[in-house]
Amino acid sequence: MKGGFMPLSMVNPGEEVTLMAIHAGYGLQSRLFSMGLSPGVKMKVVKGAPGPLVVLVRDTRLALGCGMAHKIMVS
Amino acid sequence: MAQRITIALAGNPNSGKTTIFNNLTGARQHVGNWPGVTVEKKEGSLRFKDYEIKVVDLPGTYSLTVYSLDEVVARNFVVEERPDVVVDIVDASNLERNLYLTTQFMELGVRLVIALNMSDRAEESGHKIDIKKLSELLGVPVIPTIGYKNRGMDELLQAIVDVADGRSMAGKISLEYGEELEEEIRKLAQLIEKNEALARRYPAKWLALKLLEGDEEVIKTIKGEAPAITDGQVILDQLRKSSGHLKGIFDDEVETIIVDRRYGFINGIYKRAVSRPAIERLSASDKIDSIVLNRALGIPIFLFLMWLMFKFTFTLSEVPMGWVETGQEWLGDMCGSFFLEGSAFQSLVVEGIIGGVGSVITFVPIIFLLFFCMAILEDSGYMARAAFVMDRFMHKIGLHGRSFIPMILGLGCNIPGIMACRTIEQERDRLTTILVNPFMSCGARLPVYALLIGAFFPEKGGTVLYSIYILGIAMAIIMAKIFRKYLFPGPTAPFVMELPPYRMPTFKGVIIHMWERGVLYLKKAGTVILAGCVLVWFLGNFPWNPEYSKDYDRLKQEAMSDLASGLIMKEAMDETIANLENEQAREKMEKSYLGRLGRIIEPVVKPLGFDWKIGVGLFGGFIAKEIVVGTLGTLYAVGEADDGAAPLREQIQKDRWPNGKKVFTPLVAFTMMVFTLLYMPCVAAIGVIYRETNSWKGPLFAAGYTTALAWIVSFIVYQGGKLIGLG
Repeated sequence: MKGGFMPLSMVNPGEEVTLMAIHAGYGLQSRLFSMGLSPGVKMKVVKGAPGPLVVLVRDTRLALGCGMAHKIMVS
Repeated sequence: MAQRITIALAGNPNSGKTTIFNNLTGARQHVGNWPGVTVEKKEGSLRFKDYEIKVVDLPGTYSLTVYSLDEVVARNFVVEERPDVVVDIVDASNLERNLYLTTQFMELGVRLVIALNMSDRAEESGHKIDIKKLSELLGVPVIPTIGYKNRGMDELLQAIVDVADGRSMAGKISLEYGEELEEEIRKLAQLIEKNEALARRYPAKWLALKLLEGDEEVIKTIKGEAPAITDGQVILDQLRKSSGHLKGIFDDEVETIIVDRRYGFINGIYKRAVSRPAIERLSASDKIDSIVLNRALGIPIFLFLMWLMFKFTFTLSEVPMGWVETGQEWLGDMCGSFFLEGSAFQSLVVEGIIGGVGSVITFVPIIFLLFFCMAILEDSGYMARAAFVMDRFMHKIGLHGRSFIPMILGLGCNIPGIMACRTIEQERDRLTTILVNPFMSCGARLPVYALLIGAFFPEKGGTVLYSIYILGIAMAIIMAKIFRKYLFPGPTAPFVMELPPYRMPTFKGVIIHMWERGVLYLKKAGTVILAGCVLVWFLGNFPWNPEYSKDYDRLKQEAMSDLASGLIMKEAMDETIANLENEQAREKMEKSYLGRLGRIIEPVVKPLGFDWKIGVGLFGGFIAKEIVVGTLGTLYAVGEADDGAAPLREQIQKDRWPNGKKVFTPLVAFTMMVFTLLYMPCVAAIGVIYRETNSWKGPLFAAGYTTALAWIVSFIVYQGGKLIGLG
């Protein structure tokens, strides 16, 4: 299922999405995986753009700064 | 005979690890740095039944795969020092994610105990955890704890010693990665085992797994060994083959597969041992965040809290500062009485040591109060949000969101400001922030501004002061951009952070937090300052008995005999003697090494419009900015500059060059303020930069470039001012 992805930054607050891919370097990807953002995980956007994005993933709230939300593709 | 064991505390950030560490070790802890790196190392010890337990607090990490220094430090300690037990502190209300790190410890095969912390919070949010089942499925003892209520510590310690002694289950469960992956792991492990050096240090299967995961540290290690051993290249070749093969089968990076398997394992356990609440309600924290992180309200709220913090700090510190000053006077008088009146020793002790060091100790109340407020903001969880709120703005300057708090702190004192840079993960952002921090005009420079503004800008005082601060901030921004472009190039670290739920900070936690930082200021800064003060005292007081232009002693005797023979009144004699002593002190200062130094410096500072006395005054500022006003006071023979503030102000207004021109004009005064703002931070701050960068390059560069910049900008201000006719 390759079509229909969008960046997390375009998701509205309150919506639940599934993480598909992270367009980031190896190190950052690794860090995001270990913080709970792994492919296939369900996330809920608590606070949307503009400004920092806050998502609820695996019982934890993560804040994503400048530009980060653009790199995370969800469906 | 007590048995000694060493345990390591590990866990995610925000899992309550620090609280448990404090519970276990209490006062018996020691903070330092891990060797060679600027990661903080905390060690402590305790006695439990028949055991002497050494506790090493590892940095909080989300995994053992290397992303930053923290993971390297944590991992190296476990692999190389081989603690008897690793205690994984797991946040019960966030179990799924926390277990990710746990799986990595299981992969390493260490002896593990899990502390299921914050178990009360998990219950409140409706999570029910079957501890027995969890323990069974993980093959590891699981002990429920509530760190901030100090509950569960004894049970935890019991489990630890049981595991250390082998009395408990030793992690027989291992993760399954699936046939294909296991096959490649086996192949690599076989090759690794053939290499003695590697096999001795690391478990072969773990190393194989890390290689497939793409862990950079591990690959570097093997590459490093490759020329030395023939197997190194063989291993790397096999790695390439295996990765290629797996990528082909799964159509995905190997790391992604491994991560997927780990979470799959965790999920399986979670489903069987934990029951979730029916609905995810919006928590109180979320509601607060919707206000605090709101685009319009976020920054004003932040600025308000910062203002509140400073007001609180400066207001409350006035009284203790008064105590310190009184205590300093008393101590000075008492110690002084032990020595011969007027002797060098008395002067050294009273003026040099107690006076000099005392002027810095006066800042201790401010420092500790500032740290107190910071600790409250951090422990409550607000600081995490603040960093985010300022992120966008900092990004535009080329700095990181996390750089903002250290900069704000720098306005109070550069020392906690520089120390706060620890939270900045990426070296280049961190170093840049440390290097520009001194431009945030610290509190100690205020007396200099106050004196000069009082004397030369009586009406426009507020504006002038404001312009100085703005200039400092502007310089910080400009230099930050320059440093990031040429010295430490590279993209800014991406900002992703966990937002822990807000919570009430505990008094104990806040005090420990505050003390940790404050004590460092006292220790390191104190030793450097003590040495510096003695040096300045020496330079300013020797030669002890120079050739005076008048015979002061004889003149004083004359005055006293005049009183005795009724020629003058007592008040007149007192005044004469006071004037003579002031003159003598002033001459002594002029003829001292410091005075001579001033004459030598004069050509350098003259282009800036300064005379030798200003040069000497500023020189004292290398030690601590507070000394500048005091030195000027002595030079202008006013005695204690603080209570003689009006006279000093008048003196500098009246002072003239030999050719009759005024020494201080408004332009000169402003230039002096600019110089004070920009030049090298105090010795204590330099000492802290050394500590935070672990080398002398940083502090020397900081001292050098700030002073050079101060000179250049002052030159432009003064000469430019003269050109357009302001001087």
